[in-house]
Amino acid sequence: MLEIKNLHASVNGKEILKGINLSVRAEEVHAIMGPNGSGKSTLSSVLVGNPAFEVTEGEILFEGKNLLELSPEDRSREGLFLSFQYPVEIPGVSMVNFMRAALNEHRKYKGLPAVSATDFLKLMREKRAIVELDNKLASRSVNEGFSGGEKKRNEIFQMAMLEPKLAILDETDSGLDIDALRIVANGVNQLRTPENAAIVITHYQRLLDYIKPNVVYVLYKGRIVKTAGPELALELEEKGYDWIREEMGE
Amino acid sequence: MEDSNKIIDDVTSGEYKYGFVTEIETETIRRGLNEDTIRVISAKKNEPEWLLKYRLKAYHHWLTLEMPDWAHLNIPPIDYQDIIYYAAPKQKEGPKSLDEVDPELLKTFDKLGIPLEEQKHLTGMAVDAVMDSVSVKTTFKEVLAEKGVIFCSFSEAVQHHPDLIQKYMGSVVSYRDNFFAALNSAVFSDGSFVYIPKGVRCPMELSTYFRINASNTGQFERTLIVADDESYVSYLEGCTAPMRDENQLHAAIVEIVVKEQAEVKYSTVQNWYPGDKEGKGGIYNFVTKRGICKGRGSKISWTQVETGSAITWKYPSCILAGDDSVGEFYSVAVTNNYQQTDTGTKMIHLGKNTRSTIVSKGISAGHSQNSYRGLVKVSPRAENARNHSQCDSLLLSSTCGAHTFPYVDIQNDSAVVEHEATTSKISEDQLFYCNQRGISTEEAVGLIVNGYAREVMNKLPMEFAVEAQKLLSISLEGSVG
Repeated sequence: MLEIKNLHASVNGKEILKGINLSVRAEEVHAIMGPNGSGKSTLSSVLVGNPAFEVTEGEILFEGKNLLELSPEDRSREGLFLSFQYPVEIPGVSMVNFMRAALNEHRKYKGLPAVSATDFLKLMREKRAIVELDNKLASRSVNEGFSGGEKKRNEIFQMAMLEPKLAILDETDSGLDIDALRIVANGVNQLRTPENAAIVITHYQRLLDYIKPNVVYVLYKGRIVKTAGPELALELEEKGYDWIREEMGE
Repeated sequence: MEDSNKIIDDVTSGEYKYGFVTEIETETIRRGLNEDTIRVISAKKNEPEWLLKYRLKAYHHWLTLEMPDWAHLNIPPIDYQDIIYYAAPKQKEGPKSLDEVDPELLKTFDKLGIPLEEQKHLTGMAVDAVMDSVSVKTTFKEVLAEKGVIFCSFSEAVQHHPDLIQKYMGSVVSYRDNFFAALNSAVFSDGSFVYIPKGVRCPMELSTYFRINASNTGQFERTLIVADDESYVSYLEGCTAPMRDENQLHAAIVEIVVKEQAEVKYSTVQNWYPGDKEGKGGIYNFVTKRGICKGRGSKISWTQVETGSAITWKYPSCILAGDDSVGEFYSVAVTNNYQQTDTGTKMIHLGKNTRSTIVSKGISAGHSQNSYRGLVKVSPRAENARNHSQCDSLLLSSTCGAHTFPYVDIQNDSAVVEHEATTSKISEDQLFYCNQRGISTEEAVGLIVNGYAREVMNKLPMEFAVEAQKLLSISLEGSVG
């Protein structure tokens, strides 16, 4: 589904990613861990086409298409979704209007007619239940006045609405208490199908207790320095990252 | 940053959709302004002697005035002798039925979305269509007359209701009020007149559609609305003009008189040609609008969506004379490219327990300048006056300017006056967040701008709100490159 080959990327002329290779197939969950500043969020930003980052080398194929040639909105319409680490507030734009605009753009891209108001509201109700978001949030402005936990649940709600092929969860667990974490993780698990996949970026093992990864990577200084099964996350939890630094000869 | 500026540039380069010219024979008078000009206009309209005298008085007063320069506007010099003060599409004297109206004119208004055939029109809305200096047609006049409502062109009102005109014209905006009011009072051509009798709730929305067509002309219309005790009317005005390289002057007067327990809701969607991307051409829109709440518990509500004109100078105001009277001003002003707007309101509290609300939303893009200017005045006798003002500015580029000039003059200690102001910018983060959900930048800007303006848009009558929403998007959208 996703094929990243020798990806180099920089921000403001500074190289952050220094040759990433990664391959994700349908039904898989890949976890990316690593100390602060290792390039985790840069990787997710580059995947969804954030214009602040510049790809200097390498290629990314998504379902066989050259992802780097697609605009951010077309990447979304192709089925790429990012759960933002810091969801953005858009005052004045209600969640209903925002979601309807997004959903209809996705449908138009697939050659489908716009969704009717009744069907749309029904869909909103169904998907809201997955992350236990209450009714009032739908009429509020996008992320405005939402608590940290509500913002993250709102990200997963949007993911449920858009049914992406590949979801990237960028530190979706940060700032969540244990109940909110469970709700978010349950939401993500409910949305898993044999056709879709996820990349989970996290600092902590605890999210991976709920969302079981197939592969765990350690990203360090812009390179993947370790690839292993779920047991790697446990080891990191226990020992921290120092032993990785030592292995790297630092 | 450069990238995002380019995106905003592309998004905000929408095209003006009403820039066509109607090919129709037009009768114009000679360019220039002197006593003769005024006599000619007055004669063409077959006006009574008192009105000619009024015009001449206004003209002589105007000669003593200088153009005001206090606004935050850069107005190039205007040669008042180079303007044609009267232009009329040639047609039979006062067409009685639609069959007698030139088909070109009907087509023009059709194209603007203002069909003049009553059966075709949105039910519940009567229209007075004004092109250049004359009214082309007023619809539903007969239906309204059954309720005693008078809705006709100003010229017609002068002929058929001279007593009402003589009583109320100039009673709210005197010809001595300001430079442009004096000019209008001297050379005004047409406009609308509305009278709602006591206790009548006007059964449909009334609207006037102003169209400038002829070149080198100015449009100087006058609107007068009188709402008698316990009556209600909702009135709308819309305006467009062809795209031309020259600047054209539009200096109008609107006067509203509201009596005891009566209410007038006045909505404007102003979409005069704003000039091109380099700031060439466009309408100079210098307008004096004012209403007086004369009786106890009367109410005036101004709602305006300003997207057009190269330069806008207007301050729809309320004189709250009656006790317990209410004034409201809701405004969305969009400026793009090189447009300049200096707009706001004056709330003059004279009566006891008078209340006013001001909500102003400025949206600036390109190299435009967008200013809010408002006065809240509480006179010594106005016990318990209340005002709440909210002025928000949204910036879409780093080369535009947004300014707020609130003036407060309180002469009674019991007054409570509040003012809130915010300035925000559409951030790249917001646009990218929308992009990531599949929403294009163009549509994202539309969503954000309409969301921002919602509080004001909600005040517009339904049929207008949809149009105005589209207009907001058109004014700011183009193709994303």
